[in-house]
Amino acid sequence: MTTSYIGQPLSRVDGRAKVTGQAKYAGEYNVPNLAYGFVVSSPIAKGRIKKIDASEALSLEGVVQVFTHENAPRTVWLDRSYRDEVAATGFPFYPLKDDEVIFSGQPVALVVAGNFELARYAASLVHVEYKPERHATDLNEKRDQAYKPQTREHIEPPPKPRGNPDEAFANAAVQLEAEYSLPIEHHNPMEPFATTVVWEGDGKLTVYEKTQGPQNNQQYICKVFGLSDDGVRLLSPYVGGAFGSGLRPQYQLFLAVMAARELKRSVRVSLTRQQMFTLGHRPQTLQRVALGAATDGSLEALIHEAFAETSQFEDYTENVVNWSGELYRCENVKLGYTVAQLDLNTPCDMRAPGAAWGLFALESAMDELSYKLGMDPLELRLRNYADKDLNNDKPFSSKELRECYRQGAERFGWARRTPEPRSMRDGESLIGWGLATGVWEAMQLTASAKAVLTADGKLTVSSATADIGTGTYTIMTQIAAETLGLPIEEVTFKLGDSTLPKAPVEGGSFTAATVGSAVRAVCEGVREKLFTLARNVKNSPIAGVKLEDVTFAGGYLRLHSDPSRGVSIRDAMRHGEVGSIEEEKSVLPNMLEQSRYTRHSHSAVFAEVKVDEDLGTIEVARVVSAVACGRILNPKTARSQIMGGIVWGIGMALEEVSVIDQKFGRFMNHNLAEYHVPVNADVHDIDVIFVEEHDSIVNPLGVKGVGELGIVGTAAAIANAVFHATAKRIRGLPITLDKLI
Amino acid sequence: MKTQELERVSASLPSRSLITLTINGAERQLEIAPWTTLLDALREYVGLTGTKKGCDHGQCGACTVLVDGKSINSCLTLAIMKDGADITTIEGLARGNALHPLQQAFIEHDALQCGYCTPGQICSAVALINEGRAKTENDIRELMSGNICRCGAYPNILAAIQQVMQAGERNVKP
Repeated sequence: MTTSYIGQPLSRVDGRAKVTGQAKYAGEYNVPNLAYGFVVSSPIAKGRIKKIDASEALSLEGVVQVFTHENAPRTVWLDRSYRDEVAATGFPFYPLKDDEVIFSGQPVALVVAGNFELARYAASLVHVEYKPERHATDLNEKRDQAYKPQTREHIEPPPKPRGNPDEAFANAAVQLEAEYSLPIEHHNPMEPFATTVVWEGDGKLTVYEKTQGPQNNQQYICKVFGLSDDGVRLLSPYVGGAFGSGLRPQYQLFLAVMAARELKRSVRVSLTRQQMFTLGHRPQTLQRVALGAATDGSLEALIHEAFAETSQFEDYTENVVNWSGELYRCENVKLGYTVAQLDLNTPCDMRAPGAAWGLFALESAMDELSYKLGMDPLELRLRNYADKDLNNDKPFSSKELRECYRQGAERFGWARRTPEPRSMRDGESLIGWGLATGVWEAMQLTASAKAVLTADGKLTVSSATADIGTGTYTIMTQIAAETLGLPIEEVTFKLGDSTLPKAPVEGGSFTAATVGSAVRAVCEGVREKLFTLARNVKNSPIAGVKLEDVTFAGGYLRLHSDPSRGVSIRDAMRHGEVGSIEEEKSVLPNMLEQSRYTRHSHSAVFAEVKVDEDLGTIEVARVVSAVACGRILNPKTARSQIMGGIVWGIGMALEEVSVIDQKFGRFMNHNLAEYHVPVNADVHDIDVIFVEEHDSIVNPLGVKGVGELGIVGTAAAIANAVFHATAKRIRGLPITLDKLI
Repeated sequence: MKTQELERVSASLPSRSLITLTINGAERQLEIAPWTTLLDALREYVGLTGTKKGCDHGQCGACTVLVDGKSINSCLTLAIMKDGADITTIEGLARGNALHPLQQAFIEHDALQCGYCTPGQICSAVALINEGRAKTENDIRELMSGNICRCGAYPNILAAIQQVMQAGERNVKP
């Protein structure tokens, strides 16, 4: 029996629970005597609450309490204490603090009742009088108030300029300068945010929560409400999508915990889809790109500046422009990133934050430049291929981007493209082919894992990470099973529980590397102990050998030199009279070695669009994405991750925009009928190529992560294809049909 | 409507009605308010949380269930409207340990990621196959477009449905 699982296309281990409806999400724990909280949201964007009258709501039989800023319990007073592990610099918002309204949709009251329908109805009877103040929610009007934001952990500010970018641009034989405008988007995971707080009777709380970081949110609750670490256990075994929105605690968590503690009763607070639009969002971002090139296509100047929104209370930042200084070889580079404050909630990391926007602008500009040069856009990219990260003057730990271009182009049939816009047709439809490059970081953080192997040969490994649909359960099970040579059915991986060994939030595509390395290490620890036991078995065939001479496979420790000779794991434990083996390990990245390299994943995305010239409708007929992201632990779930990212790229290119009515400072299309995300009919052929890439620097497993990369570059490839089809360059997303006709 | 008027109208309605639903083959009597949706009835009063609430507005399809064999958005249906009806939810598709062919195909094709839209996708797919209207790939895509998957598993959902259709499992019984 083979127990080689790493790299195998295993089906999701949590698949059965999910297709049978047995997987329980945060708002689905129907505990006895549960009360239901319903949030009252502010209709104004800025101002003061003059008066709240909850008497009518409270007069209904079954309404338990209405919490407002007037009667909410005091929580920790220092604003800084509300900062979580992923917080931007500043002072986080939390609900019912005082009478001040700082964004539209801000929760101003929580109605708690004995059932959901009653709580919802009673919420409509809470009468709030406001004193509105002038709000500012239009980024275009804030251009003169742009400033350099305070830095945020893990987010590098742009490097200093190199060379003489302005002069080089002015003198370049071929110049391209353009502005690109990206709108606000909302994550909209299918599961709305929800928290069920179970009052355990002795003041202890069990919290079922939707989060990407069970420990981040548990720590937040402990800090804010002054609770001891063992007084709160937070669980999130299943998360119905998050895409970044679950990185930070959202306000329903605070409200549910507050209400449960005050009422000494279990409470659930679920947000409505409309309220999902009051959470953080991908920030509106305006970008200027200026490219100067010699007539042979060599880049002589590259200027990329981004201007984005943040809130009045936190400096949210992301890496929009830095990629541009390292993706191409150019000696004269200037990168800039500024923000201005709007009366909106703080933006929030959303799938490939920064890169999704930045690469749209850069890769659109490169396409525009290729037409100015009369050069194939693929050739232009190869002409300026960077073998070294010039931002930091470091080599790449690995970079198979050239191979991505080659394999992607071949699979797509790029050579058959006719360069002239409007030159390809299929009957009535204009056909366009476009390409773009994608890039993302390969990060590793610190994480711990625990392994327990019992005498019956069953292994349980755990770490307080998350699986938001990413496949964490599955790949960790694979790593553990292969490391100890156990059949996969004998291995269970646990996550989504704040009491498990420490892990960071799941995000940034770093979970496979971070938690995977910890799982690997802890299982290696168990191997060593098993090896000692197996050597001591009477007449052990491996008595005289070293650990390196032994293979763990099929539930046995076997000799490399003679696999027919070995000791079973069960026998080793029985002879050693060991009931179970336990190990816990924390793994830090090898920062000294890693810091000498730039560690990135790359992709080449090719898209074909069909445009109906009369109606302006666009169909993304084909996408081929060739990705180099190190070792692929599970090609089935990894492909789904990249494919999902590509679908997001389609949404970003053609559909997604959160529209503000500036008069109210409020999102008007706050529902899934008016905020369009791709549906099945919008998605056609998607082809993912995993380009082989070996990397021993990024982490011992050689994985780079796959969650973000799929979206990066995809929208640019589509927009470039739209230009090729129509000769219309659309620099503001989404490319809706009104922009084409 | 002013609150007082609303109260007057509400006062003339029975606050709770006794209804009978056959859910996954088992008869259930429920005493339920006239304004409780079938979705909330299933999730909050019957304890079958496999049926999901994604929008509560009939815009996402996560709440799809089969009522007398037809797929509907349970969030747009009041429970009392379905008194006497036969309802199948995601929990009622498997036969003991044996998964429904669509459930099996969804796992094999990785037609799910976070899993939250999955019950609705599968219930819609059961109805789609039983209705027999989908003849082409694009028919399936179109007819499955009432079910949003934010993770973007659409090509795999298509492949899973095609596999079951091609296996000729007509009348994949709910």
